[in-house]
Amino acid sequence: MHPYFDTKARPWLVWAGFALIGFALAVLPFALTQVGTTWVRITNYAILYILLALGLNIVVGFAGLLDLGYIAFYAIGAYVYALLASPQFGLHLPFWVILPIGAAVAALFGAILGAPTLKLRGDYLAIVTLGFGEIIRIFLNNLSRPVNITNGPQGIAGIDPFALPGFRFDSPIKYYYLLLAVVLVVIVINLRLQNSRIGRAWEAIREDEIAARAMGINTRNLKLLAFAMGASFGGIAGGMFSAIQAFISPESFILVESIMVVSMVVLGGMGNIWGVILGALLLSFIPEILRWTVTPLQEALFGRMVIEPEVIRMLLFGLALVLVMLFRPAGLLPSAVRKRELEERAA
Amino acid sequence: MKNVKFGISAIAAALALAGCGQGGGGGTEVKIGHVGPLTGGIAHLGKDNENGARLAIDEANAAHTKIDGKEVKFVLVAEDDQADPKVGTTVAQKLVDAKVSGVVGHLNSGTSIPASPIYNGAGIPVISGSATNPKLTEQGFKTQFRVVGRDDQQGPAIASYLATNNKPHTVAVIDDATAYGEGIANEVEKTLKAAGITVLPREKGTDKTTDWKAVLTKLRGRNPDAVFYGGMDATGGPLLKQGRELGIKAVFSFGDGACTDKMKELAGDAAEGLLCSQAGIPVEAADKKFLDAYKKKFNAEPILYSPFTYDAANMLIQAMQKANSSDPKKYLPELQKLDFKGATGKIAFDSKGDRKDAEMTIFTMKGGKLLPVAVITGGKSQSFEDFVKGSK
Amino acid sequence: MDTFLQQLVNGLTAGSVYAVVALGYTMVYGIIQLINFAHGEVVMIGAMVAFTVINLLVPTGLPPLAVVLIGAGCAVPVCMLVGYGMERLAYRPLRHAPRLAPLITAIGVSIILQHVALMIWSRNILAFPQIIPSRTYFIGGAAITTVQIAILAICLGLMASLAILVYRTPLGTAMRATAQNPQVAGLMGIDVNRIIAVTFIIGAGLGAVAGVLFGTYYGLAQYTMGSVLGLKAFSAAVLGGIGNIPGAMLGGVLLGLVEALGAGYIGDFTDLCEWGLPLAACEGGGNFILAGSNYQDVFAFIVLILVLVLRPQGLLGERVGDRA
Repeated sequence: MHPYFDTKARPWLVWAGFALIGFALAVLPFALTQVGTTWVRITNYAILYILLALGLNIVVGFAGLLDLGYIAFYAIGAYVYALLASPQFGLHLPFWVILPIGAAVAALFGAILGAPTLKLRGDYLAIVTLGFGEIIRIFLNNLSRPVNITNGPQGIAGIDPFALPGFRFDSPIKYYYLLLAVVLVVIVINLRLQNSRIGRAWEAIREDEIAARAMGINTRNLKLLAFAMGASFGGIAGGMFSAIQAFISPESFILVESIMVVSMVVLGGMGNIWGVILGALLLSFIPEILRWTVTPLQEALFGRMVIEPEVIRMLLFGLALVLVMLFRPAGLLPSAVRKRELEERAA
Repeated sequence: MKNVKFGISAIAAALALAGCGQGGGGGTEVKIGHVGPLTGGIAHLGKDNENGARLAIDEANAAHTKIDGKEVKFVLVAEDDQADPKVGTTVAQKLVDAKVSGVVGHLNSGTSIPASPIYNGAGIPVISGSATNPKLTEQGFKTQFRVVGRDDQQGPAIASYLATNNKPHTVAVIDDATAYGEGIANEVEKTLKAAGITVLPREKGTDKTTDWKAVLTKLRGRNPDAVFYGGMDATGGPLLKQGRELGIKAVFSFGDGACTDKMKELAGDAAEGLLCSQAGIPVEAADKKFLDAYKKKFNAEPILYSPFTYDAANMLIQAMQKANSSDPKKYLPELQKLDFKGATGKIAFDSKGDRKDAEMTIFTMKGGKLLPVAVITGGKSQSFEDFVKGSK
Repeated sequence: MDTFLQQLVNGLTAGSVYAVVALGYTMVYGIIQLINFAHGEVVMIGAMVAFTVINLLVPTGLPPLAVVLIGAGCAVPVCMLVGYGMERLAYRPLRHAPRLAPLITAIGVSIILQHVALMIWSRNILAFPQIIPSRTYFIGGAAITTVQIAILAICLGLMASLAILVYRTPLGTAMRATAQNPQVAGLMGIDVNRIIAVTFIIGAGLGAVAGVLFGTYYGLAQYTMGSVLGLKAFSAAVLGGIGNIPGAMLGGVLLGLVEALGAGYIGDFTDLCEWGLPLAACEGGGNFILAGSNYQDVFAFIVLILVLVLRPQGLLGERVGDRA
């Protein structure tokens, strides 16, 4: 390693690095506001995706269970918050009460989803989770009759923003800092999980379930734990999404979103926390950047819009999925363990 | 790894800075935003809306419009919200950041509703030409207006026409489980029940349903005299076609989502005799000047709501002229009390921001063409010929 | 009774279309254990190509049946090409990768195909010209149109032909051998790559015909039609036993029937007022329906989940050992 960056010899570099990152992150929203508060909003949504990707990473990356219906937990968290803090039922509980409830409900659903799928493998598991995701969305869309619980497709509007006594979260910048704090906590939890007994047990299950069971690992409980924990992170993210957008409807929780989150994990680097974060950032910001650049570019070149940015985005997305799987199946920032697994199998 | 994270934040910030080249012209430039879905399933309607606003802006520029004695150049800042609430809020924030003086849009209620607090927070007036969900103007935002009627006006309009004209004993109500479809179906059901008509339990599809036969067969067994469907033409057309294939003789009625020529394409001969409603006056009854100007500029027919967005943009401009200022704080009061005559008739806003006495038009399909048969204003129905005579 | 018969007719027709699409899924899964997520898109492309051709030919005044046949005749080779392209470019390199990779790739291919179709045919719904004169017959109170009869006949014919191909021809034997054990089949002199490619091509051809049938029956096509149809047909294939050809046919028909009967009757079954509960909503002949036709789409998923959880090999499949 280059002598300047040799952190073993100069441990203070690590702290300097952290301080620099911390400073950049703290100052970022103000820098973005110079360009437009909309970029702070975009960043907030990106951080929400990071949360989702980290949650899904537990299920897909650590435990190796492919979940194509993950967005359902996001939806559950969002609706729990919306039902308890909006005009829908006239309840206005504070967020620090609701978010844990949302996480718990999502975790419960995660376990419910996991329980019947314990014996399933690979593709079958993927399809069943896909089905569950769609079922939850359809139920949320239809629970306006005979008793109006979710207000159906009309969605729930006028959702309360987060509020502490004397302090309201009424601007994107305030939510940014809260989201940053939450995501840092989640990252730390993930890092500790990865290297804990539970994390290693998941790794064992992922590599060879039968051998893991032979070693005395309770695969059933651990798989359920993976689903539940992953779901709980989704639930928390959902609650925050509800408050930030102040309006939710089932159309925000469609299958494409689930696939998007799976892609963030897979493209970024399954099992590698930093890879997953990179994947989430890329897939969140690139569409925005496309939207800002592609339209004026096409107008300049062709005088009109030939291909909509949304279509270009989806084409690139599909192409990325295919190409990454063909040439770099472990993802952009692969976890060393996963890379080894994939290359062993391919050989 | 840490370098990567920092690098990404830096790149994002840099790109954001680079991307911000648009907007911010100096001098007497007045920016008016327009938001609609330019991509996605109803992109053609979004584009139609944008065209209407653009026509108004271009006409104002061509007429060398003056505000407070100084000639101004209007610029249309057109954005795409993809009919997605999340994108809608992002785009609304973008327009607020770009310091537009007013906004025409959004198209969908589903994006207008979450965007409205953002505009309201910045004090920017926003007029929708097509969002029909009543909740939009029930939120108490003084900056939110609409020039089109609401679903709780359109639903009762078609329902009361159906009740008085066809006098059914039993009506079946179906919707496509979207905010629009369910909303208007609920209103229709309420009105029919109030008129003492039996309404069968609600049947539902989705906005992608192609096979309605199961639901229709069930309804056939109950023998309704009329059927109302809340949904779009893409699903309403097959519904009608399959209903006739099954031998259902009831009269089919629809809301504005299925009040298009596409119904004839999709349902064929089955489309004859269908009833449908549209919020506002029919495009043909719109001011001829608007129709000609639109055709000339865009080489296409206006589709549905462009006369409304045209009027909305013009109302913003006129309010600015009356207030001698393009500053939202100054011209908002003028907008609230503006008396305007536009391509869609006389417009004035009530205290909630809704259009006073919004008209609803009832159409029927005759000879393969949609023909207006009645106009309902403030609950009173008159035949289309009378309406046309009266408005001249 | 006529309602029940009618629902049967509806279910059988829709189910036959599911069955033909399901065949494509099951053939590919049987041979390389891959869920070809993009198969629904192939069906969609078939419908779109046929639409374009039919639209071009209508003004020429050819007899309607000929127009549709030519339309199908153009759709089938295009879809076969697409199917071959998918296999060659996206799936063959991943033949030995862990199962996650081809699944993700399939999703990617599906997205690409959808949006290419979007660019070519626009995102609006396309209405098939209603050129085939359709007569409705009433049997026992149930309406059945000539188009429906044609669909039932064509689907039966296709299934029969495929069965003959797979069980009575050398090609079919080679396919079954490759499905059983690709390595040994290779040792026996079968060109495994070619057989797999042929499987994809046949599946795609069937999908094309299904697309044309769908477009003619419902009178419409749109770039999104592949996803919902694909998911339902896949459920049908799983229901029957994925990898099992008669199973796919059975599964398709059963799923169609379950959907039709479910949508038709579940509202009545879950109406709490009918059960005599004294709820406020029941006064004056009201209803309190827990689950009506609004849950129609859920049936396919529930069937899928129940089958996979309770009987993963499907109705006609054999129990295979857990594959990692």
